[in-house]
Amino acid sequence: MIAFHLDRGSGVATYLQLVQQVKHALRLGTLEPGDRLPTAKEVVAELAINPNTVLKAYRELEREGLVTAKPGVGTFVQRSLGGASFAEHARLRKALNGWIADARAAGLDQGDVEALVASVVLDAFRHGERTA
Amino acid sequence: MTDLPVLEATGLGKRYRRKWALRDCSLALPKGRVAALVGPNGAGKTTLLHLAVGLLSPSEGTVRSTGATAFLAQDKPLYRGFTVAETLKFGRLLNPTWDDAYAHDRVAALGLPLDAKAGTLSGGQQAQVALTLGLAKRPDLLVLDEPLANLDPLARHEVMRGLMEAVAETGLTVLLSSHVMSDLRDTCDWLVVLNGGRVQVSGDIDELIAGHRLLTGPAEDADALARRVEVVDRSGSRRQVSLLARTGPIPLGPQWTERPVDLEELVLAYLRRPDAASLPRPTLATA
Repeated sequence: MIAFHLDRGSGVATYLQLVQQVKHALRLGTLEPGDRLPTAKEVVAELAINPNTVLKAYRELEREGLVTAKPGVGTFVQRSLGGASFAEHARLRKALNGWIADARAAGLDQGDVEALVASVVLDAFRHGERTA
Repeated sequence: MTDLPVLEATGLGKRYRRKWALRDCSLALPKGRVAALVGPNGAGKTTLLHLAVGLLSPSEGTVRSTGATAFLAQDKPLYRGFTVAETLKFGRLLNPTWDDAYAHDRVAALGLPLDAKAGTLSGGQQAQVALTLGLAKRPDLLVLDEPLANLDPLARHEVMRGLMEAVAETGLTVLLSSHVMSDLRDTCDWLVVLNGGRVQVSGDIDELIAGHRLLTGPAEDADALARRVEVVDRSGSRRQVSLLARTGPIPLGPQWTERPVDLEELVLAYLRRPDAASLPRPTLATA
């Protein structure tokens, strides 16, 4: 089962952090269709957050068609995310690892790498939107 | 979500001799919310809480709550000479709605020894016993006056966790006052700001956060911008100013930047400007 965590300094609303963590797990395949999400009470016992925040996150995931709530039973993953298969994920991860090693050898630290990746991702997808 | 508010105040005021401790206070707290009541010392927080639970009667206006209410006064009011077991028995004898199994389960889960005298417990443990007394009454509305005062960060976290678990289990509505904003960010979803005896802000925290931005730019353009948006607080130098404004994302000139605000910034901005207010527009639509 997914274990949520909170980044209290991030400035991202708590319910959005939960939404993003579920989506992240769906992309990585750590959550699969049929898996149950923790109940609001389980999340609250772990993180000491407002249960309404958990319910809000689950409602958002349900609105996006990613999970379904079965009253009295729990909230279950409906479909996975990510365009590529797990084999492709593994291949791309390996290639990215190689690139990171290259970047470190060139003297980039973690902050440099993250800034560069974020900037390239932003450019690539912005460009994609224009040409689409 | 058309439930009646659990707590509703209309034009509520309280006067001690000549001085108004609370004036013209209108608010409606929806069911199942965890509401934070914040404001400086002397703002009227305790007066409002005492009016809400009927310990005080209003000088003007009305306040009503639906269902059973439990109140935890400031400073964890326990009889220091009572053991934990005697404290729970006392609670059972005084409260017809007392859930004795729940009270004992909760005390056991917290590892509190039944034979320990309340006065010998740590501050955090005393707070947990007091919270158990409030929760075991199985109220629809639990009102807590500064439940986190004088507790260390770990104890504050544990108390809030216990409270959140009770909310998750029962759908209880909570109204609590506190000074420490950092404990409220993840646990409360409704904010009431009280300042100088008046309610300045009352609303859903996510909506309040989404409805305010911090705009920063050259001072000479600030007045023009302030005519387009509702400015709560203005700070900065002669050259550059920051406007905390009541607005969603808006198009700005190239010299301006904007960012969301956090809960603490929002509260401080209102407290600095007692004349500003963010209240529901069609106040109290009680049909």
